[in-house]
Amino acid sequence: MTRLVAPGAEQPGQKILVFPSPAPVDVARTLDLAGYCWKAVSGGEEATKHEPMDGWAGAVVVCDDDPEGAWALCRSLRKRAIPVGHVLVLINGVQLPDLDLRDDLFDDFCLTPFHPRELEARMRHMYWTEAKVGRESLVEYSGLVLNLETYQASFGGQPLDLTYMEYELLKFLAQNPGKVFSRETLLSRVWGYEYFGGARTVDVHIRRLRAKLGEEHANLIQTVRSVGYRFGQSKWSA
Amino acid sequence: MAPMQDQQRDYVLRTVEERGIRLVRLWFTDVLGTLKSFAISPAEMENAMNDGMSFDGSSIDGYSRVQESDVLALPDANTFEVLPWADTKGAEARVFCDIAKLDGTPFDGDPRQVLKRNLNAAREKGYSFYIAPDIEYFYFAPPDGTNKPVPLDEGGFFDLTSTDIASSLRKETIRTLETMSIPVEYSFHEDAPSQHEIDLRHTDALTMADSVMTFRFVVKEIAALHNVHATFMPKPLENIQGSGMHLHLSLFKGEENAFYSADDPYNLSPTAKCFMAGLLRHAAEITAVTNQTVNSYKRLVPGFEAPVHISWARNNRSGLIRVPIPKRGSESATRLEYRSPDPACNPYLAFSVILAAGLRGIEQGYELPKEADSNLFEMSDSELEKLSIQQLPQSLSDALRVMENSSLVAEALGEHIFEWFLRNKRHEWRSYKTHISEYELGRYLKSL
Repeated sequence: MTRLVAPGAEQPGQKILVFPSPAPVDVARTLDLAGYCWKAVSGGEEATKHEPMDGWAGAVVVCDDDPEGAWALCRSLRKRAIPVGHVLVLINGVQLPDLDLRDDLFDDFCLTPFHPRELEARMRHMYWTEAKVGRESLVEYSGLVLNLETYQASFGGQPLDLTYMEYELLKFLAQNPGKVFSRETLLSRVWGYEYFGGARTVDVHIRRLRAKLGEEHANLIQTVRSVGYRFGQSKWSA
Repeated sequence: MAPMQDQQRDYVLRTVEERGIRLVRLWFTDVLGTLKSFAISPAEMENAMNDGMSFDGSSIDGYSRVQESDVLALPDANTFEVLPWADTKGAEARVFCDIAKLDGTPFDGDPRQVLKRNLNAAREKGYSFYIAPDIEYFYFAPPDGTNKPVPLDEGGFFDLTSTDIASSLRKETIRTLETMSIPVEYSFHEDAPSQHEIDLRHTDALTMADSVMTFRFVVKEIAALHNVHATFMPKPLENIQGSGMHLHLSLFKGEENAFYSADDPYNLSPTAKCFMAGLLRHAAEITAVTNQTVNSYKRLVPGFEAPVHISWARNNRSGLIRVPIPKRGSESATRLEYRSPDPACNPYLAFSVILAAGLRGIEQGYELPKEADSNLFEMSDSELEKLSIQQLPQSLSDALRVMENSSLVAEALGEHIFEWFLRNKRHEWRSYKTHISEYELGRYLKSL
């Protein structure tokens, strides 16, 4: 039901692989804030197990703690049926010589400790070549259209005037239809910063979005009792 | 600048461009709670978001200072909203602003900054403050120069029955509010002729103060479009109940309602009880802020469901604080209803002093007085005294006298606003005191 045109960032369907698992906190946070959809794996086997239908969109491999495992994973990524095209390696200063003779295993690297904006910029740049192909990125779901380029939302062809946080929340939900998110997850993924409202802010914004979507469509965002919220139909109930 | 703010700014600028916004209105509030606005062209918007727009504050009530009259309006991108009543010339948008001194530090005459400072103090203790107001107001025929309020319900003003007109006005108002991110919980025609009530869904106090400002603007605007006058004057009609703004208050710690306890018969936590005790002990001190006009005190009289006594009860509408009974299983709905404020107050300042009073109660572990569950209006003074139940201030003058000695209010408002407010309101009282009313002429002119 969701149609996605553009690659790279803002691409919910396409998952980025992150090594190791669990992902280092600062890496996870940067990717979340930049809107990437990712999954942490602990090695080649798990990379196969969790591989999305259309393959991994890219990989962020952190060498710091386990350089051997990291390079083994990079090698396995290149050898897959659908090779992973964008491999970004995070490496500390002492490990720099490890890059020698491994040019084939990565597309770009970034020194740790990294600045979040550098990591974000490198990710964006890695996907730039592809981004040039399809400029427009749209998220569509039964009448709702979000244009991620222009930040504009519409429903049934009518523009939907949203505040910034309403837009961000709706974007996040619409990019992950059918999935249930707890308030805490939404707060950390969508807000990601301290706000006067605290955790209740999520409920307040959901109510505002429902009001703006209008009575007939308010049930697009469903309350899942004692868990959180879900956008659209669950995969299992359809 | 943090990436989040960058993105917000981009969002606003792109929206201005994509929606062809013709004017952006910068909204802020003076010390008396009047909405102030100046418009800038979309081309200025980027500039305004980066550096703020400077303007001369000396013309704004309560901003004036001898030396530094220039201040900066800094748009809060989070509040950017396209106005739903676009005319044919193109859409307009509004954004609330924080007012800062030219060096970027908060301007202490700005009520919004005052509320933010108080909310930060609460946040340092782990609390977020939530408010849901029930706002009452009247629809009258447009003023004709005599300043006499003519209720719509008094026949002949409209071809349709006035109930239809008023309820369609109210419906249109609610629709507009909802498209402006202000969800409405209930709305109904009040007991009094031409009086209406709209209850808003709870939000954090800063968003709610902004929402109350927007609310008053929208109600008046939509009424005016239909040649009707909407008023938030606390007591426009003698012998008929006035307009209040009951506030449903709650504190949250993370996702938990800090007012809720499963172990208490009223489901009130020790935090809730201390907060309530704080509000009760300081109620008289904060009344000048929550009820800031001469007219406010004509509402706070016995017999009209408005509070007169400083008391609390689970279900007694003659008390100052009511503890509503939440539906079973909805812990998050545990709250206190503070019943004295009226809709003519400055919401930023009113929310600030209410929060400060409640937090003081928590900090110092005040003990909650006994519940007063009988009808206080029917009690004699000596009975009330036995229960040590005090009255709210009887007039603006009384209220100012109590406020003047309150270090709590001075701290919550800051010296600048505290002093200006007292000065301005004493002046208001003086000009009222010398006024000879129709009541006096009717009663005394012939007989004395």
